[in-house]
Amino acid sequence: MLQITCPWCGLRAESEFSYGGEADIARPSDSEALSDEAWGDYLFMRKNTKGVHKEQWLHASGCRRWFNAERDTVTYQFIRTYPVGASGSGDTHGAD
Amino acid sequence: MAQTNRIAKGGRINRGAPLTFQFNGKNYQGYEGDTLASALLANDVHFVARSWKYHRPRGIITAGVEEPNALVQLESGEYEVPNARSTEIELYAGLKAKSVNAEPSIENDRLAVNQKISRFIPAGFYYKTFMWPQKMWPKYEEFIRDAAGLGVAPTELDADRYDKAFAHCDVLVVGGGPAGLAAAWVAGRAGARVILADNQPELGGSLLTSTEAIDSKPALEWVAKLEAELATMPEVRILRRSTVFGYQDHNLLTICERKTDHLPPRQRSGIRERVWKVRARKVILATGAHERPLVFANNDLPGVMTASAVTTYVRRYGVRPGKKVVLFTNNDAAYQTAVDLSEAGARVVVVDPRPSGRGTLPELARRLGIEVRNQTVVVRCGGKLRVDKVELARYQNGKLAGSAGTLDCDLVAMSGGYNPVVHLFAQSGGKARWDDEKVCFVPGKSVQAEASVGACNGTFALDATLAEAVGVANATLEQLGFTRGAAPVWKTAHVDESAILPLWLVGERDQVGRGDKQFVDFQNDVSAADIYLAAREGYHSVEHVKRYTAMGFGTDQGKLGNINGMGILAEALNQSIPKTGTTTFRPNFTPVTFGAIAGRELGDFLDPIRKTCIHEWHREQGALFEDVGQWKRPWYYPKPGEYLHAAVARECLAVRNSVGMLDASTLGKIDIQGPDAAILLNWLYTNPWSKLEVGKCRYGLMLDENGMVFDDGVTTRLADQHYLMTTTSGGAARVMNWMERWLQTEWPHLKVHLTSVTDHWATFAVAGPNSRRVLQKVCADIDFAAEAFPFMTFRAGTVAGVAARVMRISFSGELAYEVNVPANFGRKVWEALMAAGAEFDITPYGTETMHVLRAEKGYIIVGQDTDGSVSPIDLGMEGMVSKTKDFLGKRSLFRSDTRRNDRKQLVGLKPVDPTVVLPEGGQIVAAPTSGGITPMLGHVTSSYYSPILARSIAMAVMKGGQSRLGERAYVALRDGQCVPVEVCSPVFYDVEGKRQHV
Repeated sequence: MLQITCPWCGLRAESEFSYGGEADIARPSDSEALSDEAWGDYLFMRKNTKGVHKEQWLHASGCRRWFNAERDTVTYQFIRTYPVGASGSGDTHGAD
Repeated sequence: MAQTNRIAKGGRINRGAPLTFQFNGKNYQGYEGDTLASALLANDVHFVARSWKYHRPRGIITAGVEEPNALVQLESGEYEVPNARSTEIELYAGLKAKSVNAEPSIENDRLAVNQKISRFIPAGFYYKTFMWPQKMWPKYEEFIRDAAGLGVAPTELDADRYDKAFAHCDVLVVGGGPAGLAAAWVAGRAGARVILADNQPELGGSLLTSTEAIDSKPALEWVAKLEAELATMPEVRILRRSTVFGYQDHNLLTICERKTDHLPPRQRSGIRERVWKVRARKVILATGAHERPLVFANNDLPGVMTASAVTTYVRRYGVRPGKKVVLFTNNDAAYQTAVDLSEAGARVVVVDPRPSGRGTLPELARRLGIEVRNQTVVVRCGGKLRVDKVELARYQNGKLAGSAGTLDCDLVAMSGGYNPVVHLFAQSGGKARWDDEKVCFVPGKSVQAEASVGACNGTFALDATLAEAVGVANATLEQLGFTRGAAPVWKTAHVDESAILPLWLVGERDQVGRGDKQFVDFQNDVSAADIYLAAREGYHSVEHVKRYTAMGFGTDQGKLGNINGMGILAEALNQSIPKTGTTTFRPNFTPVTFGAIAGRELGDFLDPIRKTCIHEWHREQGALFEDVGQWKRPWYYPKPGEYLHAAVARECLAVRNSVGMLDASTLGKIDIQGPDAAILLNWLYTNPWSKLEVGKCRYGLMLDENGMVFDDGVTTRLADQHYLMTTTSGGAARVMNWMERWLQTEWPHLKVHLTSVTDHWATFAVAGPNSRRVLQKVCADIDFAAEAFPFMTFRAGTVAGVAARVMRISFSGELAYEVNVPANFGRKVWEALMAAGAEFDITPYGTETMHVLRAEKGYIIVGQDTDGSVSPIDLGMEGMVSKTKDFLGKRSLFRSDTRRNDRKQLVGLKPVDPTVVLPEGGQIVAAPTSGGITPMLGHVTSSYYSPILARSIAMAVMKGGQSRLGERAYVALRDGQCVPVEVCSPVFYDVEGKRQHV
């Protein structure tokens, strides 16, 4: 069981969280203009990262807030967790 | 019966407390402090088991957790434990155990005949032989399962209770031997929060059987001193009888603490086992080492044991397992066993493949006059139910060099060297490294915050172990921000050793499989020949060999045999051991009971039970209940003598003809407030929400992004910026999560607040043509006239004097109102409505009637008529799909796959025989079938007998169903019959929908 730092509540056990998959997948704004392939890409295609992966977590049994994390998929170490919209490390574009 | 093998003095047993116990129906005596194994050996009982596959006689081979053979079915009834290791069972008065895998008894085992045919059933035999004819497999399987296997699953409910605990510490020390004790003591003295877990009833580990001295005193005095000091340290917790069975991610370790197993069942109180989940900043592994057997012919006979086990029985339990002993060893350490046996009065001959050396222990053995035969090996044991002789061969330059005669004996002690217990290190993610000099796997680079000390790190000598433990403990303290602690130098005698000689298989390679079996994995009956066979048949990966031969499976997971097996495989493949590698060490280190894993989450505590505020009233009326998610909902209310169908028919007709009332409090309710609430609803539902007026209700379908229906319900606009959404009873939490997720991650700019109010409101559906009259009697401040309060609108007012929200909505197709009042007033209002309805014979109805009524109208239930692969178009609800706005899932409705017209679509089915009620889940076919492969067109999703229509009806999903209305189809039953049905619209009753508008 992992230990995860909720940006609001601090270090807690993984059993308090639920996983939300890859982070930073924006919903296409004009979905009806997309080809089947582009829409399928948004729906189904995900990175299968070996190494640092940006992902979403929900502190489901805590503050119920979603946040982003950078986690190494090989070592399971969390590099950092941060609120949705804040920038990840090495990320050049921040919150809107 | 006398304890013929008990030594007159010594051992850590309490001779003042004799205990009587029963094994395989016979009574024996042992002492407090014995294990079942030591007590059996004290009574000269070596033959305790039959092996898994060949049913060969087997004895106790070890004295610990690695025991593969001496498994017993312990106790019976509610305290029954299968496959308990007799080497770990602490003896108590009245203990009862019997052997596993032998019927009717180990002496007269019916399947002992398997030994005679064992040559013909090597590894892979079952795979190759029972492949055909395929349909005979169930018969084969029955026989094989009966013949093989170990203990029997208990049939009675476990009487014991189990518990869980969570803990955090600075340092978790695993193992209470010299290394663990020293490390815990150093860390504890420095003020660190320490947990020391040890799997034995008393601390000391290898020192419990040692003759060594620390600071010129017996080692156990050193143990007692450290233990006493640890007890005074407030931040140190010692867990005895506690096995660390798992090393998980982020330094979480799982420990099973056994609290009562050492007591007679009648004296046990409190919990039996507690699972600790410990999050440690640093872990120090001091798990010791297991001795390897040697692999020679018939090395599995009762009376063949590991040397360290013999020492343990002699020194810890005061039991001499044999009088005429052959000690076969390839290393110096095992000479201690010869010394111990000799002191205990046994005659010992040491057989050693190495030339004579100058090590401390061999020198001591010689001084005591023990005969040592160097450059000699044991090639075969003889005996039937117990070893009675060994055949020797000369051993030169790594080869057998002719016979060296035989020796009579009643015990063979063997030692092939030591395997560090690297299991937890490997579970932590570390890779074990082969050490050529020590001839064993040792821990490689750490992956998590842990360090190994002592024997589990390949550091076998006591002086080096203590120094290593102190060093690692101090380094740990420094890493954790404590000041370095004490660095005591505990004085021990240095022991000189000659090098160990790697010896994996004793015998000629080209004779493997010709003579008697040379066992590698005792529990799974895997011999050296099986490994050679696997290698010959092309299984070169150690993981494949494991699965082909079954080596390393079972309750011991190859603790004893695996490394020997890898050594033999390496030889068979002519490659090095590091290249051959190990199989994966997975949790759990030892088997963990289901009880411990479940803890208190059993029965009523498995999952929360949710009850509505009317629950007691339902119970008083004799309602039967149905589980809907965590909710208990009234299913139906039988009158005396009524079964399901009569009660449901009565309830249905009451609603259709007069009035009924349903407790719908379980409906999910989400309070939505804020200026952007309508924007959010527009995203969530397929239909438009911008123009819904205050005071009006609207039904909505919610899709996932794949375009598939995942919830539905009615949402009411209570005020300008205030909506109340209802969801399915089982889907409330899922919908709330879905909404929160989009709001937080995609549309944080929307000004909307969500509050779950499911439990705040009691909700009653008052349905039927007389529902208006009932409500008018208890509600003075709402005008119920049809024009004043039309269908799909909402009014606030008071019902029975309680502030209420009343919606005119219907899930039955009848004139109906949904009354919402604060839950604390629920029962009062419910009873007031029942009283007001008495003159109309108001009838409480349950979920079964609700289902029939909605099916008569063709209303879907999400999760019953849909399954996550059904779009609104498939449901024939394309009219609810907005063309003018985007919403979640919309784009997916226009993918090529979702536009196919042969998708499964919602239809109604009318059995041609109106008395036949189709089974839900029944498969639809185009024509009656008589076996063979028939394309399936879909399946029945809902099926009932409709009392108002006096016929059976069903809803179904069917390929291209909407274009098949009026056609004939068939539903295939399990018994081979096919029921003819007419495909029709799913709306069976009041097709024009007039009744709800009256």
